[in-house]
Amino acid sequence: MTLMKTLLGAAATLALSSAMVSADPAIIFDLGGKFDKSFNEAAFNGATKWAQETGGTFKELEMQSEAQREQALRQLADAGANPIVMTGFAFGDVLNTVAADYPDTKFAIIDMVVEQPNVKSVIFTEHEGSYLVGMLAALASKSGTVGFIGGMDIPLIRKFGCGYAEGVKAVNPDAKIVLNMTGTTPAAWNDPVKGAELTKAQKSQGADVIFAAAGGTGIGVLQAAADEGILSIGVDSNQNHLHPGKVLTSMLKRVDVAVYNAFKEGEAIEPGITTLDLKAEGVGYALDDNNAALITPEMKAAVDAAAEKIKAGELKVHDYMSDNTCPAATF
Amino acid sequence: MDYATFLQLLDTTLRLATPLLFACLAGLYSERAGIFDIGLEGKMLMGAMCAGTVAYLTGSVWLGALAAIVGSLLFALVHGLASITFRGNQLISGVALNFVASGITVLVALALFGQGGRTPPLEGGARMGEVTLPFADALRSVPIIGPLYADVISGHPLLVYVGIALVPATWWLLYRTRFGLRLRAVGENPASVDTAGVSVARLRFAAVLIAGILCGLAGAYMATGLQAGFGREMTAGRGYIALAALIFAKWRPWHALWACLLFGFFQSLALRPDVLQSVGLRVPVPVLDALPYILTVIVLAGLVGKAVPPRAGGEPYVKER
Repeated sequence: MTLMKTLLGAAATLALSSAMVSADPAIIFDLGGKFDKSFNEAAFNGATKWAQETGGTFKELEMQSEAQREQALRQLADAGANPIVMTGFAFGDVLNTVAADYPDTKFAIIDMVVEQPNVKSVIFTEHEGSYLVGMLAALASKSGTVGFIGGMDIPLIRKFGCGYAEGVKAVNPDAKIVLNMTGTTPAAWNDPVKGAELTKAQKSQGADVIFAAAGGTGIGVLQAAADEGILSIGVDSNQNHLHPGKVLTSMLKRVDVAVYNAFKEGEAIEPGITTLDLKAEGVGYALDDNNAALITPEMKAAVDAAAEKIKAGELKVHDYMSDNTCPAATF
Repeated sequence: MDYATFLQLLDTTLRLATPLLFACLAGLYSERAGIFDIGLEGKMLMGAMCAGTVAYLTGSVWLGALAAIVGSLLFALVHGLASITFRGNQLISGVALNFVASGITVLVALALFGQGGRTPPLEGGARMGEVTLPFADALRSVPIIGPLYADVISGHPLLVYVGIALVPATWWLLYRTRFGLRLRAVGENPASVDTAGVSVARLRFAAVLIAGILCGLAGAYMATGLQAGFGREMTAGRGYIALAALIFAKWRPWHALWACLLFGFFQSLALRPDVLQSVGLRVPVPVLDALPYILTVIVLAGLVGKAVPPRAGGEPYVKER
């Protein structure tokens, strides 16, 4: 066992240190994993785009457990990576302590506000994007019942669910919304088996369109929905291509843009809070060849009209995280 | 709660209980022979990865299942070598195998497919099709029993039925055959078996390898039946729940079936919080997730009869001191 530990420790150190040479930007992926086809993969795509355009290189690290967060941040900062971008709210507390120790290093965190002089916080208006896909769900639903499957039960995911519910109710005030969360631990981001079972359970409650805001768990949701012949809605990345013709749309959250911008600004990154909203095209819904047949021109017109109103400030979607309540749904 | 909802719960129960049942029976063989097996989880994971990989590469779900058995057997063999041949600590060997499985499955899948430790989604013949039992459609219109037969009992992947058929088979093997008698004896008092001129090591290896085959099937069912592909850590602790079920069942085959169905029912109930609310119970979902473990602790505490493990369990057999 001791030998095992030593070996594991050595391997981990090696993995952490081998990627670091000079002052490249760095990105840390959260527990869902780099290839979750969703949140983290969007971040990876943004970083890759930057690398391709500039010919630069970046360091990357994938979290394997909760305990690694601080160690990973410090390792990257010690190695001179600048700026260091991290995906996920869970880095908030750790970054708050670590950032002060590295005043010359710039950090960017996505999905969380950390108030330190060298930290840029990027947040999205997920409720606005969710509102739009909620409208699409209600317009596409024949049963009048739609579903929502969240990942870990945190305020951010409730923000998705709340915006979605509001969008559904805006189209069909009598619609029934079935809400489920996958779990209460970070493992809930990567449990496609449970995602698939929740999908079947929601279908049996009448849901015929299901929105998955659950990272890697969503793969199971989309798969089960396609198997069961109902529609699903992807999240973060454009997931329409996973099951062409069976994914109604995807709620886009341009994490890739946030990462790309952070890398591009480099060490001159501007600290403070940046909000990527519908107006800034930070969120939206995906329309491509894979789902063109599912979105009728009427649906598109209705949603685009609502989007214009939101952009103009005429329509305000409730933000769950502003007061931890949701007028359209109970969690 | 109406009848249709109840049926849906039972349907989910059967689906979710099957991997538990395979793993639980695997543990039963192994522990009845005196080899504690905490590595059920790792073997299932290995099986799931092999099944997902080979089913994707060959397009055949049954070749995938075969690969799952081979992969899981490899781990069983290592466990046997460590704990029988070299008389190592069975718990440590099992834990180590779990760690290795957790890492190596992701490593292999990543090296082969480069999708973050997932195997690509399976389609068509690479997935375990659902078996429609005879007369399922004809009987559907019969009240009460018809929907029960057509929706709950019929329409599952083949391995679900194999798992249930394994329960009487295991009972027969353990209690009605010479092999079973010796297997049980070797878990209670290996010295007596040895005195009778039967090889303790060979019997224990047989039990451990049977456990390997069953864990492989559990993994194959998870990757190709329950899901369409392997994903990192996809067994999500089911190996441990199966161990809990084994204790709950007091190491007996029929009780193992009921325990797994009960635990599967809790899991399916956790997916439907609305059902509990409709009958006026407000139970938080995490409590339902934890119920199998709570029940096991209650059983272990001796509140519902006494759970006595096989007496020689965990002890490597030494012929002469």
